[in-house]
Amino acid sequence: MTTAHPSLSPDEIERLKAPARRERIYRIFSYFSPLLLLLLWEVAAQVALIDRRFFPPPSAIAGTAWQMIASLELFDHIGATLRRVWVGYAMGAIPGVLLGLILGLSAPARRVLGPIFAALYPVPKIAILPLILLIFGVGDASKFVVIAIGVFFLMFYNTLGGVMQIPQIYLDVARNAGATKFQTFRRVALPSALPSIFTGLKLAAGSSFIIIAAAEFLGARSGGVGFFIWASWQTFAVSRMFVGIVVISAMGYLTILALEALERHLVPWAKH
Amino acid sequence: MNVAVPQEGRTSGSAEAASVIEVRNLVKAFYDASGDRITLAATDVNFTVRRGEFVCIVGPSGCGKTTVLRILAGLEQLLSGEVRIDSMTQPAMVFQEASVFPWLTVSQNVAFPLSLKGVSAQKQRERVAELLALTGLTEFADAHPHQLSGGMKQRVSVARALVDDRDILLMDEPFGALDEQTRLTLQQELLRIWERTGKTVVFITHSVDEALTLADRVLVMSPRPGTMVADLSVPFERPRDVVEMRRDKRFWDLTYEVWRLLAAAPEH
Repeated sequence: MTTAHPSLSPDEIERLKAPARRERIYRIFSYFSPLLLLLLWEVAAQVALIDRRFFPPPSAIAGTAWQMIASLELFDHIGATLRRVWVGYAMGAIPGVLLGLILGLSAPARRVLGPIFAALYPVPKIAILPLILLIFGVGDASKFVVIAIGVFFLMFYNTLGGVMQIPQIYLDVARNAGATKFQTFRRVALPSALPSIFTGLKLAAGSSFIIIAAAEFLGARSGGVGFFIWASWQTFAVSRMFVGIVVISAMGYLTILALEALERHLVPWAKH
Repeated sequence: MNVAVPQEGRTSGSAEAASVIEVRNLVKAFYDASGDRITLAATDVNFTVRRGEFVCIVGPSGCGKTTVLRILAGLEQLLSGEVRIDSMTQPAMVFQEASVFPWLTVSQNVAFPLSLKGVSAQKQRERVAELLALTGLTEFADAHPHQLSGGMKQRVSVARALVDDRDILLMDEPFGALDEQTRLTLQQELLRIWERTGKTVVFITHSVDEALTLADRVLVMSPRPGTMVADLSVPFERPRDVVEMRRDKRFWDLTYEVWRLLAAAPEH
């Protein structure tokens, strides 16, 4: 505001800086706009504009959350859910990336196997959950599998897309330098597809938490945040249900943040 | 002094004996299945390159000169004809655009061909240091390509192509995307490196100026489908000064000669 410039008038400087200042105000507002929704919710619940039985005010939910944190009640559920997500995620992501790389680099494999994956991809994962429960039982195995299936397709298609976009020149360089097929795969295709792989990892992390919540609804008795949400709803403990929803969303969000940090570390060139 | 010799006439025994690259009646075509269309890229291409020689191929864009080079590099198959390369090693290629890997540092990029062959880390470090010094990149050893200018990136490409010391260097318009000043600097450095290493170089360019600056011999190609229309020897003494040689009247006579050939080249 007090910046001076020898050849510009204060008015000119003012006009020059206006857009940046507007941008700053928007940004500050963007941090708080979700809170505005909570505030609206709080007021609406307090003046009984909405039914407190289904939408308890955020202050009440926060109170419930605090009690649950203090009593360590939720942590077993969080642990169970996290373990299922990470095992299922790894089971889906590793084959997804490998097959994406193979089909991306090999046109014959892509022609023959591509349509199979394309046909299987749109099958709703939750719809085949009863089948998976039948095969793998109601324990953790079925949850690993349903997450792995969801993660697999996202990783497969993102990796494939990444490999297909590798500039031909990189492959030419590898070939001219005498790279074997495996070296091309490991030293050129994988790093080149890494930005797309990370896009897949982030998408898959979000989906994993959506899928695990639904899977835990069905697999009762086994714990987990999804189970907790469902059990709270069935006993009409709506505040507790909301705590569960917030917790599982936060788990997904934090996982994506962690992946973004890892991406900045491993793929520093993609941002330039 | 500058005589256009028809390629067919050059069959003297001594030249044959010393030739390290020999291309005979090369034909290359592409087939576009969706349009059921055949494009003839190069037809009846004949030339030889002697060991240690610096040869430039000039021609209009799309004349198939890059295709010919890619065939020499083993990146494309020829349709018919014969390519004979008298070398224990595959020719090394310097590519047209920025071909350095963005995920590797400058030294890792240069070391890439060595690392594929399982050369020990110690040997790699020594050899890379040599090449970084040769190409003026020593202080950028740990930089990533996105931190480099276009000229610097092409230096990395040149260093990478030289690192495993192959006999033949193929260069596909390596300085084409650079500004004129940077290009002149890199041309001068390439000449210095070539004089020191004694490699056989085949250099593709669409710039007549660049070809005359660098080459012992300039091969002129016709528009597509490309074929050799002339083989000119460039008489300037070595080592050359890329700026000083522009004061030489012969430089401009030759420039005129090549342009005349390019303008007169028959459309097929």
